[in-house]
Amino acid sequence: MTFELISGSQAAAMAVQRVGVDMVAAYPITPQTAIVETLANFEARGMLGGEFVSVESEYAALSYCNGAAAAGARVFTATSSHGLAYMHEMTHWCSGARFPIVMVNVNRTLGPPWCLDPDQGDSLSQRDTGWMQIYCSNAQEAFDTVVQAFMLSEELLLPSLIVFDGFYISHTYEPVDVPEKELVQQFVGSPGFQAQVKPNFTANLHGLSTGETQMGLVKSRQEDMLRAPAVFEKINERYFETFGRSYETIKASIPSGAKTAILAAGSTAETVEWFLPELKDTGLIQLRMFRPFPAGLLAGIVREHELERIVVIDRNCSPGIGGIFAQEVKAALYGISRPPVVQDLIMAGGVDVTRELLEKIVQAYPEEGLVDQKWGVEL
Amino acid sequence: MKIEEYNRESEILNSGHNACPGCGAALTVRYLSRALGPNLAMVITASCWSIIVGVPPLTALKCPVLHCPFPSAGSVGGGLRRGLTAKGHHDTTVVVLAGDGGTFDIGLQALSGAAQRNEDYIFICYDNEAYMNTGMQTSSATPFGARTNTAPYPLFKQGQKKDIMQIMAAHSIPYAATATVAFPEDMEHKLRKAKEISGFRFMHVLSPCPPGWGTESADTINLSRLAVNSNSFPLYEIIDGVNWRMTYFPEKKRTPLKEYLDRQRRFRQVDDSIIDSLQEEVDHDWQKLMERVKHSLEEK
Repeated sequence: MTFELISGSQAAAMAVQRVGVDMVAAYPITPQTAIVETLANFEARGMLGGEFVSVESEYAALSYCNGAAAAGARVFTATSSHGLAYMHEMTHWCSGARFPIVMVNVNRTLGPPWCLDPDQGDSLSQRDTGWMQIYCSNAQEAFDTVVQAFMLSEELLLPSLIVFDGFYISHTYEPVDVPEKELVQQFVGSPGFQAQVKPNFTANLHGLSTGETQMGLVKSRQEDMLRAPAVFEKINERYFETFGRSYETIKASIPSGAKTAILAAGSTAETVEWFLPELKDTGLIQLRMFRPFPAGLLAGIVREHELERIVVIDRNCSPGIGGIFAQEVKAALYGISRPPVVQDLIMAGGVDVTRELLEKIVQAYPEEGLVDQKWGVEL
Repeated sequence: MKIEEYNRESEILNSGHNACPGCGAALTVRYLSRALGPNLAMVITASCWSIIVGVPPLTALKCPVLHCPFPSAGSVGGGLRRGLTAKGHHDTTVVVLAGDGGTFDIGLQALSGAAQRNEDYIFICYDNEAYMNTGMQTSSATPFGARTNTAPYPLFKQGQKKDIMQIMAAHSIPYAATATVAFPEDMEHKLRKAKEISGFRFMHVLSPCPPGWGTESADTINLSRLAVNSNSFPLYEIIDGVNWRMTYFPEKKRTPLKEYLDRQRRFRQVDDSIIDSLQEEVDHDWQKLMERVKHSLEEK
């Protein structure tokens, strides 16, 4: 193993370089810039393999990827916050057109006011666009997941959004095992998906359709999306054999007898895991795959451990309903026998999750009653 | 070119498309396919042509067509070009087709980005001077004085039409040209010339729109000719943003602008004093153009 001391952003960029892409089109935004700069550096040193194109906006970056993927090219882009919001129209289009584009989003709060903290509202705002979404909790995960995302996307012909927290992951240096390019390329293989635009091949791609046609296409997209966990598992089995690491779509670390679990995604999950021994009778559920949502697996974890309470840490809020992860967890568990109480800790603005805070939320029950929503600032 | 020399076989536009009778945009694509085909890949952004080409799997064009969202045409064209090249398809000509909205307004940022990067494809703007596909709303290509459904009677469009050719010239692209359907030889010549050049190439094509302009279907070619002969839409080309060259001079004396405008119901509400001021504007623009052309000749 070759460990390098790199940031999460560098890890993601190195994964792209190791996989080998035909083209990267990108636009800078804090805190994603290190990804773009690292890739540009690879190109400057003749190590990228494909082309690096500096475009005039995030909208252009994804449009550019859309055009190149139509020709069958393997493409990558990265963004954050307002950049992802600006791409919104194209995120729908890329998924509907079935282009296997891989994009990294580094979580950052959407303004106003301007704020750089890692609120997850940017990526969660794209939850209905037909992109797979995977949340990483450290730099190693970021590297491995970006590599795997190309295989996942190209197998399912669906785009992937790989998400990690701004600064906590993007700017924190950690030892990361970075396998050699040859090894990664051999593992991932060359892009196996068909070009849609082929010279001298008449086709009217993504033109006007009827509602009925559209419904059929959405149905097949939904069916393929639901295949993602199984394909992800298969990729990870192989990944483990080659690189010695593998990941689950949803991971439970629950001590025997614990009836309370904290559910979190991204770097928060690793923070919770770190303090888990100090939190009495409390487990952790790390949500890695958010789209498709692993509802069945979550229900299985609840049943297996007979959980009575899940505290969801949401570094986001959908005003009018609350934390988005909590809403999805409640929807996934609706109808199971003896469902746990789902409590939502809203850390909108990407506020830091500390040990003191974790202790408070674990102790807050049952003494404070069945409060289903709490704000980090109130604790 | 004599009509009997005209070879329809080289066209890739089939009959049975969805254009209105007398559509200038349909003619534009007929001519471009003759000059640029058969190995071309077309990107079509939201515009009349999104509809004209037909409902998939049917298609009116014998080439790959990639539809894209409204503001994205300039970027998708660049991506497709580089994607095709990455896959070894160097010989395929990439053509981006956009209306005036997708060029002058919502598409301008992507167009400017692509032009600045000197992306290797041909951008064709078929300009029917308003959002015609959505039913005649004002765009920044709508001329002063024209009535639209967002400037309805007794209102009319205020402000001059944006000068897209100057904007493109300011990007110093290898080739930019104007063309219109009454001059197919001129258009075809320019397209063939564009095809031989690499880098970003831009064509601004005036495409009369019978329902939008309030004109007779059979009058499209006549209107296109009047636009040129009244100096309202001069035919010229710009090499590298600096070398301005006329490709056609109106014969003898220029036609009064009034003759061109009077045939269009969208100008019905403007009185003679406004037409006079529009005539002054046309004369002024023509003079400026002549200065540029003269300057280019002197530089040589």
